Amino acid sequence: MSLLPDFALMLLILIAAVWTVSARDRRDSVIGFIVVGLLLSLAWIRLNSVDVALTEAAVGGGATGLLLLRACARLGPNETEGVSLKVSLRILTGVLCTVVAVALATIVLYPIEPAPTLAPTAAAHMGEIGLGNPVTVVLLAYRAIDTLLEKVVLVLALIGVWALTPDPLWGGAPGSLRAQHSSGPLTFLAQVLPPVGIVIGVYLIWNGADRPGGTFQGGTVLAAMWLLVMMADLREPPEIRLHTLRRLVVLGPVVFLVAGFAGFWIANGFLSYPPDLAKPIIVLVEAALALSIAVILGMLVAGPAARAPR
Amino acid sequence: MAEFLYVTAALLLLLTGLGLARMLWGPSPADRMMAAQLVGTGGGAIALLIATASGATAMIDVALVLALLAAFAAVALSLGEPGTQQRDGGANS
Amino acid sequence: MSLMADTLTIAAVSAGLFFFLAGTVGLLRFPDTLTRLHALTKADNLGFGLIVLGLLPQSPDVASGLKLVVVWLLVQLAGASASQLIAQFASKGGPSA
Repeated sequence: MSLLPDFALMLLILIAAVWTVSARDRRDSVIGFIVVGLLLSLAWIRLNSVDVALTEAAVGGGATGLLLLRACARLGPNETEGVSLKVSLRILTGVLCTVVAVALATIVLYPIEPAPTLAPTAAAHMGEIGLGNPVTVVLLAYRAIDTLLEKVVLVLALIGVWALTPDPLWGGAPGSLRAQHSSGPLTFLAQVLPPVGIVIGVYLIWNGADRPGGTFQGGTVLAAMWLLVMMADLREPPEIRLHTLRRLVVLGPVVFLVAGFAGFWIANGFLSYPPDLAKPIIVLVEAALALSIAVILGMLVAGPAARAPR
Repeated sequence: MAEFLYVTAALLLLLTGLGLARMLWGPSPADRMMAAQLVGTGGGAIALLIATASGATAMIDVALVLALLAAFAAVALSLGEPGTQQRDGGANS
Repeated sequence: MSLMADTLTIAAVSAGLFFFLAGTVGLLRFPDTLTRLHALTKADNLGFGLIVLGLLPQSPDVASGLKLVVVWLLVQLAGASASQLIAQFASKGGPSA
């Protein structure tokens, strides 16, 4: 198989990326960004990284596009398109980008031989954990602390967004995500798609243990389904003072932490699992994390409260 | 057979790439969104072709997610309508 | 049997590719938004459907085959809904944009 199609794909990504940066209209930029995400997920398929391709497809296709288009809608048409940066800042940005690009190119063109890798060591101990997907093993066993901190960052991000709520509205619900023309096709889609999407989201989470898939992909799909229901106006975003909502937000990190501290008693340290219990613990942690990710992403897109609590 | 499917995937990529011209030309956001729609559908088909050709069935899941979220950008587009979005939301609910 | 399956695959996938070609040409050449949308649905519906039909005989197990069908159904639903939504957007919000 020749490399020609791969070069074509790279060229397309570059064209779409350059256009995204240079587009005059804010919303055109976002559409360009969505296209770049879709093309990138194809690139990850060509690199045989199905886990990353799934993440890119879910996050790029579902979550980010929505988040950015909602931001466009909030900004309104009258605020200046493209805040002009100082020339010095532009030059600095350009220089820094060039440095990163050159450094990356150097690494790719002149790789260290043999490449330093932990892959054989990582693969050798997979049996002890009882999972079949090396990516999940790295994320939830070897480097569990990184994953834990990532999820905590998500919670902090949500607190940051909520902190933007004006004082009188604190505890109320975020502004409606209602699409402008609420219409038959949208309502139909929002009624038919979520059941299928929830099954696919759970499938991805469950599948993550042994095959490509996982918490973040599944959680994002679940969040997208919830957002679709909110956009079709079948459900309003919940008030941010609700205790159920807040418990769901912290559920994942809390379960992860409890499992981590339990490691002191049932295994040999923080975030370590006894071999015969590793798989059930990891699956439980993944399920709790996915639920939290879904709720957090949904509330992040919904934004700060815009209505006084009822 | 694998070779045939790879070639088809490459041709499909070419067609989808040509469709990107509509994103560059516009003129309306609806036209640009159509190009994104085509990339989503074409990308899903390419993923299926490569999955079948290489026997890596996990790639079908990528097509599954792409297909599931294919309409999302189009739904979100109507959120992005300038000037008519209620900034505070819920005024008439 | 295998020969028949392969023939079906080649025929259906090629036909699917043809409809994607038709969709792209239409998207590029048709004069206004709504006709271009009409062209796009060719790719979504016929092109994708024929490619899935062609890939079915090649799928290694029943689960993969079923997933192919689910992908096709989802693309049908997404294509139909998205074209409606884009059309509404184009007719109500297009000129002001």
